[in-house]
Amino acid sequence: MKYTLFDKVWNDHVVTQQNDGSSLLHIDRIFLHERTGSAALASLEASGRKIKNPLHVFCTMDHIVDTFPGRTDQTTMPGGTEFIKVTRDLSLKENITLFDLGDVRQGISHVVSTEQGIALPGCTMICPDSHTCTLGGIGALATGVGSSECEHALVTETLKFTKPKQMRVIFTGEKQSSVTAKDMILHLIALHSAAGGSGYAVEFAGPMVESLDVEARLTLCNMAVEFSAFTGIIAPDTKVFEYLKGRPYAPVDELWEQAMEYWSTLATDQGAHFDREIIIDCADIAPTVTWGTSPQHAISIDGQVPALISGDSDSRRSMEQALNYMGLESGQSIEGLPIQAAFIGSCTNSRLSDLRIAADILKGRKVSANVRAICVPGSTQVKLAAEKEGLDRIFLDAGFEWRESGCSMCFYAGGEGFLSGERVITSTNRNFEGRQGPKCRSHLASPATVAASALNGTITDVRKLEHST
Amino acid sequence: MKKFNTHLGIAAPLLKINIDTDAIMPSREMKTVSKMGLGKSLFANWRFLDRGTDKEKLNPEFILNQEEYLSATVLLAGRNMGCGSSREFAVWALVDYGIRAIIAPSFGAIFFTNCIRNGLLPIVLDEKTITVLADQVASNPQGSPLNIDLEGCHVTGPDGGIYPFELPAGDRVMLLEGLDAIDVTMKLNDAINAFKTTDHSKRPWAYLR
Repeated sequence: MKYTLFDKVWNDHVVTQQNDGSSLLHIDRIFLHERTGSAALASLEASGRKIKNPLHVFCTMDHIVDTFPGRTDQTTMPGGTEFIKVTRDLSLKENITLFDLGDVRQGISHVVSTEQGIALPGCTMICPDSHTCTLGGIGALATGVGSSECEHALVTETLKFTKPKQMRVIFTGEKQSSVTAKDMILHLIALHSAAGGSGYAVEFAGPMVESLDVEARLTLCNMAVEFSAFTGIIAPDTKVFEYLKGRPYAPVDELWEQAMEYWSTLATDQGAHFDREIIIDCADIAPTVTWGTSPQHAISIDGQVPALISGDSDSRRSMEQALNYMGLESGQSIEGLPIQAAFIGSCTNSRLSDLRIAADILKGRKVSANVRAICVPGSTQVKLAAEKEGLDRIFLDAGFEWRESGCSMCFYAGGEGFLSGERVITSTNRNFEGRQGPKCRSHLASPATVAASALNGTITDVRKLEHST
Repeated sequence: MKKFNTHLGIAAPLLKINIDTDAIMPSREMKTVSKMGLGKSLFANWRFLDRGTDKEKLNPEFILNQEEYLSATVLLAGRNMGCGSSREFAVWALVDYGIRAIIAPSFGAIFFTNCIRNGLLPIVLDEKTITVLADQVASNPQGSPLNIDLEGCHVTGPDGGIYPFELPAGDRVMLLEGLDAIDVTMKLNDAINAFKTTDHSKRPWAYLR
């Protein structure tokens, strides 16, 4: 019998099979944050139940906390302080590990999970956050759940899932150096729609995936949920092992050797069955940016906003609404569109490698006077590492704000947001209506494209910027 | 959890694809940790004009604000309903508002499970059927309720047409009997502990001390 990577991890976690074809899976790690984890903890508290294994449960403050320097429990978001306090009190009471404000381990849950060695290859992990699929980048079987499911996992260390179908997306060909994992995943979603992965667990494979460094693999898997996949996963290799070795919660000594041995068996067997396979030639991918209000509304930087689908359909109506919301017309070029803000951050693109790429472009240059530019490192560790390299100076000298770590303006929660009608080029994952502020217009792109656009004050093809220097 | 057996209700067509949970429940509306009282924030960006300002008012264009749909308890939606953020607040808002069932060609996976956990029935029907139902409903919303039968797994349209649907058997039982998923799994505690013992010897590195 030939097995996929996903099969292998799945099979090793099946506690029982149920009559209806679903399986009860053991959950190895649970990560909470103050936005939805607080609801799970509060509900648990009200029920009088206990966490089955607090050693395997971690919590961070990322969604609600402000990212201004000198921040406290007070938030610009209305009611935010309650979420922070409930999370802190119940984390203490339940004896789980909390990366609180002021803790050097604090950061965005999906950044911290790998940084601390909490997420591991061949492990199952859940968080009440849809971007938990990020952790597939190191070979974990990780998926986002609601607060009720999270509570279930806290109490029982298990969750019931119906095994999804399996898809393999193979990235082949030669990739331009300016094309990043963000461009690759936006390209895939544009080709196969935001529902293209619905019902599937997606393995990303092929030479161009193998060539990505670990942080870029996390970016690729991060947006599996924007493809509506159950999760994304990539076979762990020596790059992953080197990345994890010595991390605070990673196994050590003999256990590390045993883990490596196990992890080395996880790659998909030759000839294993996939229900669907998609091959993407990376030579076809240019720096990619979204024009609309779904991640599937993505085009090459040198492309035009597409024509409306003919006929009367849900898809056409959604396109019309998107064009109207974004203040754009079919046939219009995306390149050169004036922007008022630029944002680098989020669980998609806020790791050290992302900041290095952006800093490389910003070095010795100035952000356009018309643009408000903000950089929010994905974790306190990332921030400190960046500062050690002097990246903070490059961002600040260019005219970027340099923030404390958190989810920040990836979404608007009533506190900080971009303004009505403002066009924002952003390294985040969702361009939904109002996502970054009421009536704000978000264009998703890679950190490189965000940095280049911030300089010009217009959506910019980073390849042309490189030529101009 | 509230049981679901049969439901007769007014349906509101909201035939847009990729309706995300940010649209169903904007983040800025989530002001307390509580699950209660969220119905007033449902679809806030679409339901209200100038939300949160002193000019705030209902958006007369939005379907749930129209007289004949005020009592709607069923939503007809486009594919990939509930995609995006895992926030269960979206489902809590729908339930608190009074929505009992959502019919769509497909659902976001996390949203689907969140519905089941809160007694809200997600029904998958093909896009064509949903268009047919939407057209029938729109001609006379108040006089064209949909009849949903979870026991028999079918929807009866205003014209008497019967449209069968499928739901995973476990989910169906959870809704029919109003079961608590944690209670159900806790009965398997011995099996879970036995699994852990075996797994610990196979993957000792996965267990923190």
